Amino acid sequence: MLPDKEFILKLARSAPTELSPEDQERSDLLKKVSLLRPLVMVNCSTSGVVAGAKQTWEAIENYVSDRSIDIDLAETGSIGLSSEEPVVSVQLPGRTRLFFSKVTADRVPNMLDDLFHHVVPDQKLIGQLRQSGHEPWSDLPYLDEIPFFALQNRIVMGDCGIIDPFSMGEYIVGGGYKAFLQTIRSLTISEVCDLVVASGLRGRSGGGFATGLKWKAAFNTPSDQKYLICNAEESDPGAFMDRNLMEGNPFLLLEGISIAAYAIGSNRAYIYIRSEYKDAIRKIKNAILQLRESGLLGDNIMDSGYNLQISLRKGPGAFVCGEETALIASLEGKRGMPSSKPPYPSTSGYLGRPTVVNNVETLSNLPAIIRNGPQWFNGIGPEGCPGTKIFSISGRVRISGLVEVPMGTTFNTIVNEIAGGVETGRELKALHVGGPAGCMVPAEMMDVPVSFESLKSNELVMGSGGILVMDDKTCVVNTVKYFMDYVDKQSCGKCIPCREGTRRMAEILRSIIRKSTDEEGHTTLELFKGVMQLESLAEVMKDTSLCGLGQNAPNPVLSSLKYFRHEYEEHIFDRKCNSNTCTELRSWFIDVDMCTGCSICAKRCPTEAIIGTARHPYFIVQQKCIGCGICYEVCKFTAVYYK
Amino acid sequence: MGIRLEVNGRAIEAVKGETVLTALNRNGMHVPTICNLKDLSPSGACRMCVVEVKGLETLVPACSFPIEEPMTILTHSPRVLRARKTNVELLLSNHPDDCLYCERSGSCELQSLSEDLNIRERRIPGKKSPHKMDKSSPAIVRDPAKCILCGRCVRICEEIMSTSCLDFAHRGNELCISTTLSKPLNFSNCTSCGQCLISCPTGALIEHVQFPELDAHIHEPEKIVVAQFTPAVAVSVAEQLGYKPGTNLSGIITAVLRRYGFDHVLETSFGAEMMMMEQVEIYKKRAAEGNGLLLMTSSCPSWVQFVEQSYPELIPILSTLKSPQQILGALIKEWYPKQPGNENKEIVSVVITSCTAAKTEARRVEMSKSGIPVIDLVLTTRELARLIKLSGLDLDRLEPEQPDAPFYSPGSAGKLCGVAGGEIEATVRTLYSNLTGRELPPAKLHRFRIHKSFREMVIEVGDREVIMGTVSGLSNAVALLKEIKNGKRKVDLLEVMACPDGCVNGGGQPLPVDEKVLRNRSKAVYDLDNGSKLHTAHQSPSIQKIYNEVLGEPGGEKSQELLFTTFKKREVLL
Amino acid sequence: MDEILKRFPQIKRNALIPLLQAVQDEFGYISEEAIARIGSHLSLPTSKVYGLATFYNQFSFSPRGVYHISLCNGSACHLGGSGDLFSELTKLLEIGDGETTRDGLFSLEVQSCIGACGQPPVMAINDTYFSGVGVKEVRDIIKQYREDAT
Ligand SMILES: Cc1cc2nc3c(=O)[nH]c(=O)nc-3n(C[C@H](O)[C@H](O)[C@H](O)COP(=O)(O)O)c2cc1C
Ligand code: SF4
Ligand code: SF4
Ligand code: SF4
Ligand code: SF4
Ligand code: SF4
Ligand code: SF4
Ligand code: SF4
Ligand code: SF4
Ligand code: FES
Ligand code: FES
Ligand code: FES
Repeated sequence: MLPDKEFILKLARSAPTELSPEDQERSDLLKKVSLLRPLVMVNCSTSGVVAGAKQTWEAIENYVSDRSIDIDLAETGSIGLSSEEPVVSVQLPGRTRLFFSKVTADRVPNMLDDLFHHVVPDQKLIGQLRQSGHEPWSDLPYLDEIPFFALQNRIVMGDCGIIDPFSMGEYIVGGGYKAFLQTIRSLTISEVCDLVVASGLRGRSGGGFATGLKWKAAFNTPSDQKYLICNAEESDPGAFMDRNLMEGNPFLLLEGISIAAYAIGSNRAYIYIRSEYKDAIRKIKNAILQLRESGLLGDNIMDSGYNLQISLRKGPGAFVCGEETALIASLEGKRGMPSSKPPYPSTSGYLGRPTVVNNVETLSNLPAIIRNGPQWFNGIGPEGCPGTKIFSISGRVRISGLVEVPMGTTFNTIVNEIAGGVETGRELKALHVGGPAGCMVPAEMMDVPVSFESLKSNELVMGSGGILVMDDKTCVVNTVKYFMDYVDKQSCGKCIPCREGTRRMAEILRSIIRKSTDEEGHTTLELFKGVMQLESLAEVMKDTSLCGLGQNAPNPVLSSLKYFRHEYEEHIFDRKCNSNTCTELRSWFIDVDMCTGCSICAKRCPTEAIIGTARHPYFIVQQKCIGCGICYEVCKFTAVYYK
Repeated sequence: MGIRLEVNGRAIEAVKGETVLTALNRNGMHVPTICNLKDLSPSGACRMCVVEVKGLETLVPACSFPIEEPMTILTHSPRVLRARKTNVELLLSNHPDDCLYCERSGSCELQSLSEDLNIRERRIPGKKSPHKMDKSSPAIVRDPAKCILCGRCVRICEEIMSTSCLDFAHRGNELCISTTLSKPLNFSNCTSCGQCLISCPTGALIEHVQFPELDAHIHEPEKIVVAQFTPAVAVSVAEQLGYKPGTNLSGIITAVLRRYGFDHVLETSFGAEMMMMEQVEIYKKRAAEGNGLLLMTSSCPSWVQFVEQSYPELIPILSTLKSPQQILGALIKEWYPKQPGNENKEIVSVVITSCTAAKTEARRVEMSKSGIPVIDLVLTTRELARLIKLSGLDLDRLEPEQPDAPFYSPGSAGKLCGVAGGEIEATVRTLYSNLTGRELPPAKLHRFRIHKSFREMVIEVGDREVIMGTVSGLSNAVALLKEIKNGKRKVDLLEVMACPDGCVNGGGQPLPVDEKVLRNRSKAVYDLDNGSKLHTAHQSPSIQKIYNEVLGEPGGEKSQELLFTTFKKREVLL
Repeated sequence: MDEILKRFPQIKRNALIPLLQAVQDEFGYISEEAIARIGSHLSLPTSKVYGLATFYNQFSFSPRGVYHISLCNGSACHLGGSGDLFSELTKLLEIGDGETTRDGLFSLEVQSCIGACGQPPVMAINDTYFSGVGVKEVRDIIKQYREDAT
């Protein structure tokens, strides 16, 4: 599996023209420019496996061994089409690679039968990869021509789903590690910082802090030891950009980490990764091993005199540990509770030393910036906010997945043009952007371009890049309550406004989407007061919470109150959920014609809201019903219905 | 160095790097704080101290915000006040409305904060977290429902007491203060020192109150109820009764207790003086054996338990004496039954002390006599204050009274035990006399009274030098023991008191305590010694009388039986 | 246990989490004995070990079920109806989040985003994933596992 060290080093060192013919040949093989036999690649990262990629893999193995066909079968990451998994790509020698969606195990034999006879099964074809020097398939679209990819600019994610994440050789023949070697050979530390400042790169975790400036602060703080930490906690529910990057192209991240560590004068880097990310962990471990073996990590890297150790640490599971001071506490073996800033980690972080915490996506941008120069990067996207951003799109949308677009692209392009918008017959209601700390973007604001500045001027936030698409069948109040419940559970509990505030907010929201019972007795007036309280609580939470979690937790509430106040009012005054999501607000009735009077529902109703005499139609007393729906479930005669 | 701040329109000077709170306090301005405690690591958790800083988006916590450059600050703007008030209201939304029934009512910081912020209704409704009270410890009762999670107890127990019995557990709205595996306190390594209790702002930590149990004994003709109270109580109960800190009420307390119905009233200092007599013998014996071991005092029950749990290897150098209250307790149960007319009566022995650990100590089997405890009830200074109030007596009209003979010693040696260092100071006086035959002028040791957690002094006793030392606060003790172990220091006679500054700062003392109050209490103890005519235990006629009539001589058989005990390794989850 | 402790010769506090993770992986939960041993190995008060372990989702103090069910409640799965699955599971198994059935067969854990938001709602039993499942399917799946066990 490991290509030999000498060869890799030669590749990393030399320009492509300097290679001897044999080396060129080997490099072409690694690069998959030339193939000895057909190549089949299966996305075996998490999104693929959940959809059955393992079974697909086995089916392919069985298929070729049954027929004694000699192929190369390899793993790859996801190209971003989450809802189309398992994605399988097939490259026949000399031809361009073809991508297929939803290749479940049962489809394998037919598909491979066709392909090995040079027939393209037209079903579920995504497109062909543009590969120079390969004979294209006629009349088939290139990947970059189909709408999902056409409008993207995949500078970070470009190789995901295409290359083998376990192969260092493939990463390096594709130009990998050139940037790092160039950095340690020909740039001084402060030059790297300046270069990154000039590129205008800003942190991709949501705050948009200028990466170069953060580095400089750490670089300028004298210390015997400095640390670089890659923040791979990514615990926003519904966000999976970082996971995908690590699963699809782990070497890219490691190269980025190496550059950043060098730039702050550190020879110790940690990757703090969610322990649930088993696949990413496996791949990064493997990558670190290979890099160490070949001398691209460790002591005196490539005779440059620069030493670097990168270690992986598994986060034991707490959303708040994405916050940098909490993350550092967790690394130190403490409860992951944030601490007050200042002092910032860049002056006093891990073990009290200057520490830079950067996000996976931020770091993965670095190799391209070094390779192509700051001007190139600065030229992408709007002024002051250059580069691309990856968004994960999910919810009520045709294509769930990951898209990488230049900053400044509108929500409309991202959601409607790239991800195909909502299902036919449905209407887009809103986007929820940025997870629990994020905000609701109403359908009317789809033309807002996505960049730190323009979002801020529209009182919106980017967050880490999760976009949840909500159609007319999605309830705003319910979604906001979902996020509030989430932060309520995830708050570390250290400070009063967040610990107690999120709990009260969640309670108020819960009461709005639930019918009152006699004990709780939430009258309309009380609910209304609750909503008023939401706003004042929100302001104090923003003002006084210790860390970003508490400060941003009210965002979903405030933005939804701003744009969807009417929906709150419907819930409160009409006690109705128009999108029919809030089950507990439903009004249930018994159809007198269908009811046989079996009395089962009456026995099971928790509030004794159903009355009647056996063998005559029963009746639901609306005042007593809490809308739990049990009667509906237990009725064998489908006599219960809701309005 | 100096940085100019503008606070509420006035200019003040601040030192670079200090916190906003320090600068404000130095300039006579105050903001409310909950989680911040002097000498402990900052936590910045409660957000009560927030102030508005011009140019910053959010409010900042004064207690942990370092001053690096000139700033314009508002400490009481409407925005700030609303934030503070809302945060207190949020706390109250998860707090029982129990003030009427709460031990801490009147000295509760949450109560006074809500009053200061003019909170007059429960504006934020909501469910309260379910909680169970922990009454398992004989000394400390934990009521998590009243806990506001400020973390003071956690930091005190860890940083000052080196015990780390408590920590935060879980997170978010399930966050709570917990022992390891949420065990009851008496199964933990808590030493009952009560330091967490006196640092707690609310009623979440209180002593195990025994005051009501008195009713079952007092005025019972079949029972002889004997009280003893400690010197630290004498100099501090006054605070809770509206007198100036540092007022010594010992004679008045005796008078009140008699009127309340106690049959006999004694002072624990008598037990302390007995202890000193015996300590000298132990020292002489160990010095003669000459194995170089130092002698550490065993009068503080919290310290003793700490050694048994965490440093069992040190048990051999611990003194084998009981604590003063236990010594006196043993004498009480020995003496009173033998007095004429008492043959068929039950003796109930009550200790009134500043020490919460004494409540736990009273339950130790090693301290009992044939299975019956020599101390039946332990009340704290705070409980005494309540008893005094309940007695309905006008203290200003009472004449001070003397404790009962024969356990009354007119001297001040035993009373010195109220402060850290006092026990060793008085013991050395007796040791000196014992070894040289001459009396040491009291002023010789006054240098030993400087205000520091560790003090040492070399005193020439005849042809030898004795290094006497005292350390208070268990963390300080641990650090010192390390130095001794590493050979960096040598101490022959070491007094260890678990509470910083000793028993004047015990867990049962009136609240609130601050440095000034503590100084006044200590001063009152020293004043007593300075004004006394009798400074040593061995010169006390009543001590001599007890040896003559009951014990024989120091170190003798009867002493062994009544005054000595054993210590052994204790297995707990550390 | 001794084996695991040997793997962490360095007695620094920052070894605490990896150590607990190793114990959790090995035994499936963290026992009282483990807490005591880890505490003395790292010279840390056990209250700190316990306090730390309760902070994080990964650690549990009671053994997990033979079948450990992870139910995704990330935002996409929430929209996709994971709430209904959760109430169904609690009804079927009579346990809540983080609990184990009396017979030790099932344990339930709600997670935030399993990483396949394109196929909500997602559920996993040990290492087997189920995507796009409804209430009815869940009933069948649990029934199947119960049968397999007996
Ligand atoms: C509650 C909270 C959660 C966070 N979670 C993450 C996360 O999962 N991943 C991440 O990279 N940054 C997260 N951050 C931001 C980090 O604190 C930190 O700013 C970031 O890692 C810096 O990286 P960047 O400068 O490259 O953006 C979070 C912040 C807060 C307040
Ligand atoms: S804001 Fe929330 S998460 Fe942050 S420190 Fe406060 S309680 Fe913890
Ligand atoms: S929904 Fe049906 S079962 Fe539930 S409370 Fe209403 S009537 Fe009763
Ligand atoms: S269960 Fe259905 S059929 Fe039976 S009484 Fe209720 S509504 Fe009627
Ligand atoms: S702790 Fe304070 S606020 Fe709470 S009930 Fe007791 S006195 Fe009242
Ligand atoms: S303070 Fe108010 S509530 Fe309390 S006893 Fe007095 S009148 Fe009643
Ligand atoms: S009484 Fe002392 S040892 Fe016990 S918890 Fe409180 S501070 Fe810790
Ligand atoms: S018990 Fe008291 S000191 Fe400890 S956290 Fe709770 S309120 Fe604070
Ligand atoms: S120092 Fe005094 S009050 Fe404190 S625990 Fe020891 S004996 Fe008790
Ligand atoms: S709960 Fe409102 S639209 Fe549903
Ligand atoms: S006193 Fe400053 S945050 Fe608590
Ligand atoms: S939200 Fe369930 S897999 Fe992401």
